[in-house]
Order: sequence, then structure tokens, then C-alpha cells
Amino acid sequence: MAVAVVALLGFLTWGLVKKGDGGLKVGQPVPVATLPTLPPEGEFSIEDYRGQWVLLNIWASWCKPCRAESPALEEFEEKHRGKVAVLGVNTRDLSDDAMKFLREYEIGYPQIRDASGDYADDLKATGVPESLLIDPEGKLAAHYPGPFRDLAGVEDFAAPAFGGEPIERLGS
Amino acid sequence: MRRRPGSTPGRPGAGRLVALLLVALIGLGGTALAAPAQTSLPEIEDEVMCPICGTLLSLSHAPAAERQRVFIRELIDQGKTKEEIKDALVAEYGGQVLAMPENRGIDTWAYLVPAIGLGLAAVGVVWTVVRWRRRRDGGEGPEPGDDEEPGGDDDRLDRDMARFDL
Repeated sequence: MAVAVVALLGFLTWGLVKKGDGGLKVGQPVPVATLPTLPPEGEFSIEDYRGQWVLLNIWASWCKPCRAESPALEEFEEKHRGKVAVLGVNTRDLSDDAMKFLREYEIGYPQIRDASGDYADDLKATGVPESLLIDPEGKLAAHYPGPFRDLAGVEDFAAPAFGGEPIERLGS
Repeated sequence: MRRRPGSTPGRPGAGRLVALLLVALIGLGGTALAAPAQTSLPEIEDEVMCPICGTLLSLSHAPAAERQRVFIRELIDQGKTKEEIKDALVAEYGGQVLAMPENRGIDTWAYLVPAIGLGLAAVGVVWTVVRWRRRRDGGEGPEPGDDEEPGGDDDRLDRDMARFDL
């Protein structure tokens, strides 16, 4: 009986510790997963982008702030293509809604579909939108939980890719 | 009026009418069984999860949940059955969208493990009770009459009287 109680308490404590783990830390390797593309034409993983700077943006079509930041991300991708690869992770969303969103905002950068939200959980995303800057070795360089207000905000966030430090108060 | 041999008395069409009604009723019942039951939004809302809230869809009014409702309504309007709609939701959001695990594959363990646990617990209780009763029966001391010396009551009385015979 005592063993069972101790085991239960240990299990609960472990759960609390795991829960309070927080997000990924700068310098930690970013989890990889091979997921289907959006539109469904195959699959890819961020590992395919090893050796490049990657801005990973987690979004969903039902998220209004995701709509607000879309033009800035698209602008950033066009301006810095070849230096920073922008990748979208569509999470917990309806595929038709997501496709409609991409057409409406004329988003051309590659997208993967995380239908179940498992990959967003692996990335320890706290919501949408959320962005991660990944260095060429696949490690986290910067993390921003929230929408970018404009191009300057995205550039500030991606500053490490251009030899700078990420700026804390983005888009403000 | 002469009746034909073998014909039933009373109204000659009544039996046929009853038989026809029975056939019609059986036919209707069969059709009802064969046709897929039309489902409703509340019925499905209680069996699927909101993809972002971690609660039943029926309890959520998050934007993602509202989109999920629209999706379900569209499928209902298309005449899809509950199972077809749930399959479509799984295709969109993955298996976690179902509130209850499916009764197949590895999910079967979600139902088997509690059943096995209950079975083992029942066996444990029965075994413990049987053991306890055996111990009680065998180790609680002598049964009444176990310490009686040989002989009947008369012999014992004689022996006792002899002890007090001064």
C-alpha cells in the first residue's frame, strides 16, 4: 500500500515538473518531424533545411492574429529569400480553410500540415501564431509567441540570421 | 348463400388485408433498419473534441470549435452518417479528435485494461476471502467438543463426581 502511495506521489510530481518545463530554450535542438505539405503534394521536414536559417511560423486559419501578421511574413520571405527560409506549420485546422487562407493572403512559402497539433506540442508552442528562428545547425536561435506587426518586427526577430541579436520587444 | 368448400367464414378479404399490412410493416421496418440514421450536431458534439481546447466540442466556443461545427453541419447537410462524419474529422485533425478511443487496434486496450484490472481485482478479492475463511476455520482453536474426553455424558459425570468424592 505504502509503495503504491509513494509511486502515485512520484508520478504526480513528475507530471508537475514536466508541465512546468516551459518552451524550448535558445540553443536547444528543434524537434523535427516529417509532415505532409499543404497543399498535399508530398512531405518534408525542417531537417531538409539543415545548413540554412529557417523562420518557422506556426499558424491556423481560424486565428485572427495569424491573418494580421501574414502580409509581413510574406514580405519578409520575398525580401530575404535565399538568406532565411520561411516555413509555415498549419496546425489544428481544417485543410480547406487553410488552403483558402493561403490563397487569400497569397502566401507562397512552403507549408506543412500538422493536423493533430502533435508537432506544435513537440515544439512546445503555447498557441498561434508563434515563430521560431532555427540556425543552420537546427538549434533554436529565437522564439516569439505572438503576431508580428510589420516587416520590421519580423526582421528584428530574425536579426541573428543577419549577425545580430534578436530584439525583445517586437513590433512595438 | 352457399359457401365454397375450404373458404373461411366471415369477410373473405380480411385475412388478406392483415397479411398485406404485416408485409408492409415488415418492409418498412427493414427499410428503417437499412437506412443510415440521420445524425445531428449535438449528437456529434458530445463525441468529439475541440482541437485546441482539450474539452468536448459541445463545451467550447473557441473560433476553432466554431469552424469545426460549420464543417460538421456541412457534412450533415450532405447526408453523411455519424460514423462518416467522425471519420472525416479524424482525417482532418487526427485520432485525438475523438472523445472516446476507437474500439480497434491499440485503442482496444483502453477498454481491455480496465476490464482486465477489474477481473484481476475480483479474483484477488475472492482468493483473499477464501483464504481468510480457511484460516479462520482451521486456526481459530478447537471446535466445540474437540477437547471432550472419550465417552458420553454419563461417563464424564461419573468422573466429575469421583473427583469430588470425599
